[in-house]
Amino acid sequence: MFEVIIAIGVLLLLIILFTLFRISTLVNVVKGTDKKWVSTSNKVNAALMMLFMIGSFGLFFWYSWTYFDDYTLAIASEHGVLTDQLFWITTAVTGVVFVATNVLLFYFSYKYQYKKGERAKFYPDNTKLELLWTVVPAIVLSILVFTGLKAWNDITSEASEDAEVIEIMGYQFGWGVRYPGVKDDQLGNYDYMLIDAVNQFGMDLTDENSYDDFMPNELHLPVGKEVLLKIRARDVLHSVFIPHLRVKMDAVPGMPTHFKFTPTKTTEEMRSELGDPEFEYFISCTEVCGRGHFSMKLSVVIHTQEEYEAWKAEQPTWLKLNEDYLEQVPADKRELAKIKAGIGNEEEELEASL
Amino acid sequence: MATADIHLTEEKHHDDHSHDHEHHGNFWSTYVFSTDHKMIAKQFLITGIFWALLGGLLSVIFRLQLGFPEAQLEWLRPVLGEWITPEGKIDPEFYLALVTMHGTIMVFFVLTAGLSGTFSNFLIPLQIGARDMASGFMNMLSYWFFFASSVVMFISLFIETGPASGGWVIYPPLSALPQAVNGSGLGMTLWLSSMALFIVSTLLGGINYITTVINMRTQGLSFSKLPLTIWAFFLTAIIGLLSFPVLFSAALLLIFDRSFGTSFYLSDIYINGEALPNQGGSPILFQHLFWFLGHPEVYIVLLPALGITSEIIATNSRKPIFGYKAMVGSMLFIAILSFVVWAHHMFVTGMNPFLGSIFMLLTLIIAVPSAVKVFNYITTLWKGNIRFTSAMLFSIGLVSFFISGGLTGIFLGNSAIDIQLHDTYFVVAHFHLVMGSASFFGLMAGVYHWFPKMFGRMMDAKLGYIHFWLTFVGVYMVFFPMHYIGIAGYPRRYYSFTNYDTFNSFTDLNMFVSIAAIITLGAQFIFLFNFFYSIYRGRKASMNPWNSNTLEWTTPVNPGHGNWPGEIPTVYRWPYDYSKPGAKEDFIPQHIPFSETPESNFPHEDEMIKLEGDGDRDAVVIDDKK
Repeated sequence: MFEVIIAIGVLLLLIILFTLFRISTLVNVVKGTDKKWVSTSNKVNAALMMLFMIGSFGLFFWYSWTYFDDYTLAIASEHGVLTDQLFWITTAVTGVVFVATNVLLFYFSYKYQYKKGERAKFYPDNTKLELLWTVVPAIVLSILVFTGLKAWNDITSEASEDAEVIEIMGYQFGWGVRYPGVKDDQLGNYDYMLIDAVNQFGMDLTDENSYDDFMPNELHLPVGKEVLLKIRARDVLHSVFIPHLRVKMDAVPGMPTHFKFTPTKTTEEMRSELGDPEFEYFISCTEVCGRGHFSMKLSVVIHTQEEYEAWKAEQPTWLKLNEDYLEQVPADKRELAKIKAGIGNEEEELEASL
Repeated sequence: MATADIHLTEEKHHDDHSHDHEHHGNFWSTYVFSTDHKMIAKQFLITGIFWALLGGLLSVIFRLQLGFPEAQLEWLRPVLGEWITPEGKIDPEFYLALVTMHGTIMVFFVLTAGLSGTFSNFLIPLQIGARDMASGFMNMLSYWFFFASSVVMFISLFIETGPASGGWVIYPPLSALPQAVNGSGLGMTLWLSSMALFIVSTLLGGINYITTVINMRTQGLSFSKLPLTIWAFFLTAIIGLLSFPVLFSAALLLIFDRSFGTSFYLSDIYINGEALPNQGGSPILFQHLFWFLGHPEVYIVLLPALGITSEIIATNSRKPIFGYKAMVGSMLFIAILSFVVWAHHMFVTGMNPFLGSIFMLLTLIIAVPSAVKVFNYITTLWKGNIRFTSAMLFSIGLVSFFISGGLTGIFLGNSAIDIQLHDTYFVVAHFHLVMGSASFFGLMAGVYHWFPKMFGRMMDAKLGYIHFWLTFVGVYMVFFPMHYIGIAGYPRRYYSFTNYDTFNSFTDLNMFVSIAAIITLGAQFIFLFNFFYSIYRGRKASMNPWNSNTLEWTTPVNPGHGNWPGEIPTVYRWPYDYSKPGAKEDFIPQHIPFSETPESNFPHEDEMIKLEGDGDRDAVVIDDKK
């Protein structure tokens, strides 16, 4: 019943609108305005140009100013300061052009609206003027390019030898992280053919370096130390995006990628800076990867370097958590594996402490 | 198909020809399998309008999800069926399908076929003074391949596993593996088949446009006298001809990977508890191939709109377009550069960073000709005598979008800044303004401007104004706020932001955007009414309702087969002699010889008079022997 009433209402509204349209058309014909070269609508449109310009610039400046803190993200990495600086320089340059050109566009539209008896100025070209506005943008853009290039080259340069290497792997729909372990500080080899329900990373257990690798549920990072994220994907494309660290790099199956950066604020520092005791850094996925694309969130914790080392030392190795896999370790390396993985240590340690 | 052979010979011949060909088509050959460029243009236009409406509707459905994540959408079940989950929400996979199909439809079916297909077909023969396209038959095939492609794409919307859902860029492995997402099953197969047909259509059309412009210009119409519309269509067709085949190869290799077990794009994949045997392929290869079309595609979409706008702004400012040569030069420069900037879509895909630096440099260079175009448009308005027709309003709107959206390209083209902004709403805002909305406004401007020549009637001006203002304000309200959302780091193609604290602060702004999108779509129905009503009931148009200079306005109100009943006019001057000092009227059409306008000629034009007389027949030698 309700739907029928709505339908009748809509129908009546459409009929009224159509009637209004017919009436106005007929009035135009009677008045002869439809034969005129330019009707009064021209003035209305010209005035609306100005109105639109003033109104929308008003909105633009008001929103940009009032909500500045809402739409800008705090920065917590060294290169992030640099890229944000470039962003704001570009904003300043383009902002001026944006306002100036739009103002001219709408103002000229208004100012030079049709006036009876006037004639437009025949002004087909002006080489000097055109050269000017070819060369000036070219120079400004070159400056932006070179500052950008410098930053880009720094960001993408080789990571230093002592960078903290951590592996992250995207899959449908989550992230796995792998640390090289405290004993050898080397990530073990992997092969996608070895992946199974437990060995999610496809770790190659014939490689000694893999025995002490561990895989926590969150990404932990040290503050003030260069981190090299080694990025890969297991099934489809994903992309590691850590908004507050200004980090983004695709995870590609079959082609490992990497991104290096230095965090500058611990989680605690960021919490107090933002006045939000709940704040947590996080990773999200920015390359469409299927049904759960929007839910690929991973918490990131940034520690002081001491806390970080302590945290690392506490983590049980993967092999220790999955002792069944010792069988895959070649017989001659099994003892080494046990030692590196910390299997059987606990009782000894316990005894020692007693 | 005699039309193509008989152009431009002796006067008598023309007369015979046009009488021969009047009114002897039946319904099928006139309206369906027509080889007349004007009818084919209308076919493209109507199909394009259908797709635009559908693409717009899809976007409103996903805007409902983004703007009102808590809303009950049970009422959509009669239309969407199982795509509404039992809880009354949009299925997350269907959300991706919506985004994918919205992009595909808008980029290819509306702004490529709908825009180039309509206006290249309609305007090239009319503005260069030709009886029809070089090959009317190929032109007809071009439309029917497009139609077949449309049918396949449309069918894919209704299959059980859903249409393609890997984003309009269909990056493998997602698009290659049906086990990764349902849309990569039959939906993707149909998508690829449809695109293959679409590419055939584009190539058939493009070859025709290029051939026609090169070979069939009327006497006196040298390239330096071509209207900017034709320049734009010509360059667009060349770009398309060079880049679409690359998309075809990308699609073909993807088809091999999907169906025949090759590994062009696949390597080291473990999915659904199974390690796939494919090794050695590279997903990045696909991205290179895709964007080798994908970036020129942006200009395929945009250049015709810019050409149309140049013509309309000059006509309605009653001024010559400022810097004609610079306008042509910058289009030429853009066309060339468009082929060497593609990898700026790939800065953070793991591509070698050194390549990133090179593409950043080339990308920012392309901003220079774009800037020149904007300044030239603005200078054309300066000291004009502007008449705000609906077409003029949409053209001014286009310039504003081109500025606002183009400037954010300077951020994204800078690889260092792009790290943060890549694949966020900032990108969405950028390309929707500069490519989507600008080109859409070009399309609208073109329809309003050339409607009288297409249908012999006028569209209602006031409805046009209302349509413009609602759409113009609406588009800015939809896309401008997305910049803020993007700077805040919101990623694209997200079904929902509710499980991120940081990404959950813009619910009000997202709601605002969604409401604006619904209003903007609603405003398009004003246009639809105006368009279809005016075809039958609009006020009768005169031959040259806008007092414009180009050749199409010398044809009768309803140009018949062959366009000009008599001889094709000869061209003596460039198309922008508006408000020439000393002239009686404020416009002098291209076919008026200098000898008839001694009062307004410049000294070098007086010289031209000598060449006009007997030079007519010999000035341009056109070989009609086939």
